[in-house]
Amino acid sequence: MAFLELNGIRKGFGPPERRSEVLGGIDLTIEKGEFVAIVGFSGAGKTTLISILAGLLAPDSGSVRLNGRDITEPGRERAVIFQNYSLLPWMTVYENVALGVDQAYSDWPAARRREHVEKYVAMVKLTAARNKKPGELSGGMRQRVAVARALAMDPEILLMDEPLGALDALTRATLQDEIERIWEEDRKTVVLITNDVDEGVLLADRIIPMTPGPGAVLGPSVPIDIPRPRDRKLLNHDPRFKSIRNGVIDFLLKKRAQRTERPTVLAATAL
Amino acid sequence: MTNLWRRVRWDALLLPLVGVGIVVILWAITSSTLSSNLPSPVKTWETSKPYILAPFEKRGELDQGILRFTFYSLVLVAKGYALALLIGTPLGFWLGLSKLFTKAFDPIIQILRPVSPLAWLPLGLVLFGKSHPAAVFTIAICAMWPTVLNTALGVRAIPQDYLNVAKVLRLSRTKTLFKVLLPATLPYMFTGFRLSLGIAWLVIVAVEMLTGTPGVGGFLWQEYNSLIYEHIILCIGTIGIVGFILDRMMSVVEARFKTA
Repeated sequence: MAFLELNGIRKGFGPPERRSEVLGGIDLTIEKGEFVAIVGFSGAGKTTLISILAGLLAPDSGSVRLNGRDITEPGRERAVIFQNYSLLPWMTVYENVALGVDQAYSDWPAARRREHVEKYVAMVKLTAARNKKPGELSGGMRQRVAVARALAMDPEILLMDEPLGALDALTRATLQDEIERIWEEDRKTVVLITNDVDEGVLLADRIIPMTPGPGAVLGPSVPIDIPRPRDRKLLNHDPRFKSIRNGVIDFLLKKRAQRTERPTVLAATAL
Repeated sequence: MTNLWRRVRWDALLLPLVGVGIVVILWAITSSTLSSNLPSPVKTWETSKPYILAPFEKRGELDQGILRFTFYSLVLVAKGYALALLIGTPLGFWLGLSKLFTKAFDPIIQILRPVSPLAWLPLGLVLFGKSHPAAVFTIAICAMWPTVLNTALGVRAIPQDYLNVAKVLRLSRTKTLFKVLLPATLPYMFTGFRLSLGIAWLVIVAVEMLTGTPGVGGFLWQEYNSLIYEHIILCIGTIGIVGFILDRMMSVVEARFKTA
């Protein structure tokens, strides 16, 4: 039995007469400990997909099963890292991380909870900034807090929704390396949603393109058999890296071209 | 020297004084030409002096220093205002959180909101029999609406992101309320609190006039009946200045929470 299993997930928004279908039947299977990247154009419906995995949205049809159980609401075993960090601005770094920990581990003594929070604040190298508010932090530091908050819940699966999308290229590269380092430590199952193919190939075990919406579906899954740790500088010259990246990009561009051509195609079949 | 001259913001100091000066001149002209019953600025000062220079003096029940009267009024306002916040804040939260509740109660709130304190007070007297609780009731019911509406607005304006965080971290209802909803709403709530305080202070005069409670408003009405018109102006000035100070104080508190 697969760890995470999605079958025919459909989701649309709007009133019935003007309903736009965002997800048009998503099938996906992920094994425990796998790092899977899903790449697609912005607006493809990636956030909708991750919201369904998180249990924040219910699909119109289809099933999501984690460990054989249906996902109907958010759960502790699934941690989410949001695109816009979603830190609470009135709390310090420490308090933001502690918020979930205090709730989830309420049966622990206070000292043990504090230690646990400090450990994850240290893991993302923010101990020096532990008493700062998000407003005083850079974008990269904020995203680190979000990472610590998610990991401190000790989830079985980590859902990341374009976690580095709002960062500049250099910060982005640093955080990519850090995500890989942290992932190497305990090899949690990860679903990374991104619009950056290079990021997906660098970090994941498997990369899956998502066709542009409406009615988005997943394309063929491509295994990334490049050994870890992966060096981003060497990677640029690795023929496997190039072929995987180009393959995914070609697929996405071709799908988008078909979308725009579709009216013509339909007219041809009508004849 | 020239540096210091430039650094002090003369326009910020001087222009308000010019404004006050113009109003006093207009007042003097009006009293000397149009209405002989209106006391002149000088006469007002002369007659008000004992009340201003010995502001806490108590010469008799109806003859006390102006700040002593102000203190009585402030105590009454504080009681009514506290009651207004105590009722208004939870009510605002309910309105903000529940569409059903909003649909049921928004119309009645909109109907009760514009009702004047002059109309509420007699009802308070009927309900409570005595003037003191009736006064507190009137202040509370008139002053609570900005708190109710702003709190509701603040709750509705909470970004979906924060709510998602609360859901994903599986926070309990109490934790969600105190750690997420309340802090996110606080800036709006304080806007409501400030507006409510303004109204509470506005209502006090009417309430004191009608009930004859000692205070700035009561003093004003009593001096009108005793034909000492100078004191009416003294009271108006006092009410205005106290209201202004209260508003400034609340603005400072409000600004603190805005940045948080």
